[in-house]
Amino acid sequence: MSIVFYLLAAITVAGGLAAMLLKNTVHCALALTVAFAGLALLFLNLDAQFAGFAQILIYIGAVAILVVFAILLTRASETPKDGVFSKTWLAGLAVAAAVFAVLGWAVMQSVRVLPHETAVPEVTVQQIGVALVGRYVLPLEIVAVLLTAALIGAVIVAMHEKVGHEKEEGK
Amino acid sequence: MQEAISVAPQLAVSPIAEILWLIPSVPIVAAGLSALLKQSRRQTSATLAIGSLSFSLLLSLFAFVHVLSDWMAGIATREIVNFTWIQFGTSNVDLGWVLDPLSAIMLVMVSFVGLLIFIYSIGYMKHDENYTRFFCFMSLFAGAMLGVVIANSLLLLFMCWEIVGLTSYLLIGFWYQRPAAAAAAKKAFLTTRIGDVFFLLGIVWLFAQTGTLLLYNNGAGSIESASLHLLLSQPALLGLTAAGAIGLLIFAGAAGKSGQFPLHVWLPDAMEGPTPVSALIHAATMVAAGVYLIARVYPLMQAGALAGGTTTALTVVTWVGAFTAVFAALIAVAQNDIKRILAYSTVSQLGYMMAGLGMGGVAVGIFHLITHAFFKALLFLGAGSVIHGCHEEQNVRRMGGLKSDMPLTFLTYAIGMLALCGFPLLFSGFWSKDGILEAARHWSVAKAPFYMLVFGALLTAFYMTRQVAYVFFGHWRGGKLAHESPAVMTAPLAVLAFFAMALGFIGTPAWPWFRAFLDGRAAGFAWRGFMESGLLTLMGTSTVMVLAGIILAWQLYGDRSPKPTAPDALEKIAPVAWGWLSSKFYVDEFYGVTVIAFYSWWARVTDWLDSRVWGGVVAGVAWAFGMGARLNRFLDTNVVDGGFDKGCEELTVGGGLLSRVQTGRVQTYLRILALAVVALAAILIWSSRT
Amino acid sequence: MTPLTGYLLVAALLFSIGLAGALTRRNAILVLIGIELMLNAANLNLIAFWRYGPHPEALTGMMFAIFSIAVAAAEAAVGLGLVIQIHRHAKTTDLDQMNRMKG
Repeated sequence: MSIVFYLLAAITVAGGLAAMLLKNTVHCALALTVAFAGLALLFLNLDAQFAGFAQILIYIGAVAILVVFAILLTRASETPKDGVFSKTWLAGLAVAAAVFAVLGWAVMQSVRVLPHETAVPEVTVQQIGVALVGRYVLPLEIVAVLLTAALIGAVIVAMHEKVGHEKEEGK
Repeated sequence: MQEAISVAPQLAVSPIAEILWLIPSVPIVAAGLSALLKQSRRQTSATLAIGSLSFSLLLSLFAFVHVLSDWMAGIATREIVNFTWIQFGTSNVDLGWVLDPLSAIMLVMVSFVGLLIFIYSIGYMKHDENYTRFFCFMSLFAGAMLGVVIANSLLLLFMCWEIVGLTSYLLIGFWYQRPAAAAAAKKAFLTTRIGDVFFLLGIVWLFAQTGTLLLYNNGAGSIESASLHLLLSQPALLGLTAAGAIGLLIFAGAAGKSGQFPLHVWLPDAMEGPTPVSALIHAATMVAAGVYLIARVYPLMQAGALAGGTTTALTVVTWVGAFTAVFAALIAVAQNDIKRILAYSTVSQLGYMMAGLGMGGVAVGIFHLITHAFFKALLFLGAGSVIHGCHEEQNVRRMGGLKSDMPLTFLTYAIGMLALCGFPLLFSGFWSKDGILEAARHWSVAKAPFYMLVFGALLTAFYMTRQVAYVFFGHWRGGKLAHESPAVMTAPLAVLAFFAMALGFIGTPAWPWFRAFLDGRAAGFAWRGFMESGLLTLMGTSTVMVLAGIILAWQLYGDRSPKPTAPDALEKIAPVAWGWLSSKFYVDEFYGVTVIAFYSWWARVTDWLDSRVWGGVVAGVAWAFGMGARLNRFLDTNVVDGGFDKGCEELTVGGGLLSRVQTGRVQTYLRILALAVVALAAILIWSSRT
Repeated sequence: MTPLTGYLLVAALLFSIGLAGALTRRNAILVLIGIELMLNAANLNLIAFWRYGPHPEALTGMMFAIFSIAVAAAEAAVGLGLVIQIHRHAKTTDLDQMNRMKG
């Protein structure tokens, strides 16, 4: 376990923690972006360059912006008066702790099964492209349809409200 | 018990005997038709009654003439027609009728006296609104009585006997709205019922022993010699044979109907009925039915008697009769109601008849029955005329001097009174009563009945004179003035008066036609008849008694008319005795204290049993059911419904509790999801450990 | 501790943090953020297994992760669009107040 790994892990976990704990929602979004970045770097560390760059492009470039947009549109940037955590936050924390416990236990239990060292894979973008339209063409098409549907759905959700509003205001 | 006997073929039976059954049937049919009439059809019902009884009289006369002609030809008639009524298995129930001198004479007497009384009733009941009902019942009575007279079967006799009792009840209680009348009717029915129970026992016993209820049946009848032999060989209790015991049982029935002591209590109370009823039923006919019954079954009563001796049954009959004769005569002395005096007189005379039957045989008793029927009916109808003329007054103390206001009634009444007393020679009562005294004098068992009967004759003369003195002599003590009755009432009186005098001559010792006729012997006229030893002495004795009674009473009561409230002349002399006599020797009170008190107590006991014990059981069962029902309801509401409802409530509560899981908040659902995943993962990992 | 174990633990930790935030924060957007974190942790798991697994030349893990990223993006878009819709309707994004579906 190299030092790079520990550093990147620390950044990612800190970002995640910050994203969940900060009071200001915009700060949370920005912390999330830091977490995404950390994860991208972790991907790069794992010799999954394509995944890492895809992470940066999509998550940081689109999802984080989207979150910020949503925050701004719903005026969540103002701090609410009742507090940011739910009244029963301890139960949730306990559940999450239980999940981590189980996962950690599963991980520690099953270490013996896997080999310790493996060779670095040689992965080129061409191989990925070929695989996408070759072996994984069906998932590709389905994801395309999914994305189209999501696009249309989002537009309709946003548009309906506008039409409804106008109708109500017109009465 | 003998084998069932078939009805043997009869010898040649005369045509009149064949149609003898019409005699009782026609009045009964007339009664039935009368029952359907409306109350307003008075003429029709009277016509029906009188017409039917006239028809019966006509047929009875034919029958009598037939028997008479047979007798004159020297034949002893006994014509029998029997028929089978019910057949069950091998045994039969036979009914039948008999025509012999006894029944012929009774037929004529009943229908003739009945007819006269019917005619009298037209006048007497004219103002009554229940005229139609009266004649309906009277017809029914007449038919039933005629049935009793011709019956050859004890069963048929008993049936007609019961109908006679029923009509007596209906007629005594004719004015049923009066409580006294209703009570008297009930008393009459119940008292005679007691006698009838014994009678029925006797009949059943006779049937059990002889196997038949027919009296005469060509030698196979129950009182013919074969059966009598059988009965005499069977011992009963207390040294009696079966014959004697059955005879006594039958006598008990006769005692009830004929008012012998101690079952006499109903007869005086029966005077609550209309006077024609008293005349017909309680003087001439129904009460005579008992005497007739004894005469009819006389062979049974007499069975086992040695020559010149007598049987236990007849001895009992005699003693009861003699006692009753004196007992009732004593009471009659102290009565104030005109009809009650006559009622007690009837009881007394019935005692004479029974004594006569017991001591002298059928002819003696029946002769007195016939003569008594005429003069007693005459006396009652005369009393009715007096009552009618005095505007429904019945107390002799409030009458008086009627011999000038009601001369015809007085004349006929006097004739009747003298006949009853037994005034010598011209009056029938003398001859018939002397017949009885003659038989008593010769009785082998004891002389006491003779003295009792003689004393009774004295008393009879005494109380009759007292009555006549109070009613017809002296001066009028009543309210409105009296008037003579209409001809429709006085004509029958005259006819009866004639017979009250004339009938005596058929039974004198010089010409004992009556006895000869009944016995089937020839009879010739012979003055020698008077020469029998002691007969003239006897006639003299009875004459002396009668005159003594009349003179004694006249001394006390004649031509004086004490005020109605003043004490009676005899009462002044012997107040204690008077008290006993006027209270009828307290017999009714005695019964009230013993029999009736016991009966009420018993009724109360059974009522208590019924309401407490059985009623308690029933109530207990009902209570148990009620408790069961209540338990059921409790179970139903609480356990079943309650349980069910509770269950549903719990279900609702449980559902409510469960629904709290659905908080509607997404984060809760997520938490649960995560927990479930944890649990599943843990299980998976745990189970895949190696 | 192998490198794989390390990556897996980090992924598990990141997953738990994301879950904790999704379960406890009141704002709906932050719940979505938590979900994104959870998805990313899963991606990390996939890539780690691809790298240290038996056949990395088959590119299975990589493909899985790429597709996961694509789907996550679509899902984030739709989800945030819905949150905006909810805000327009209920004037709030507070999840504690959205319990109209409660039983």
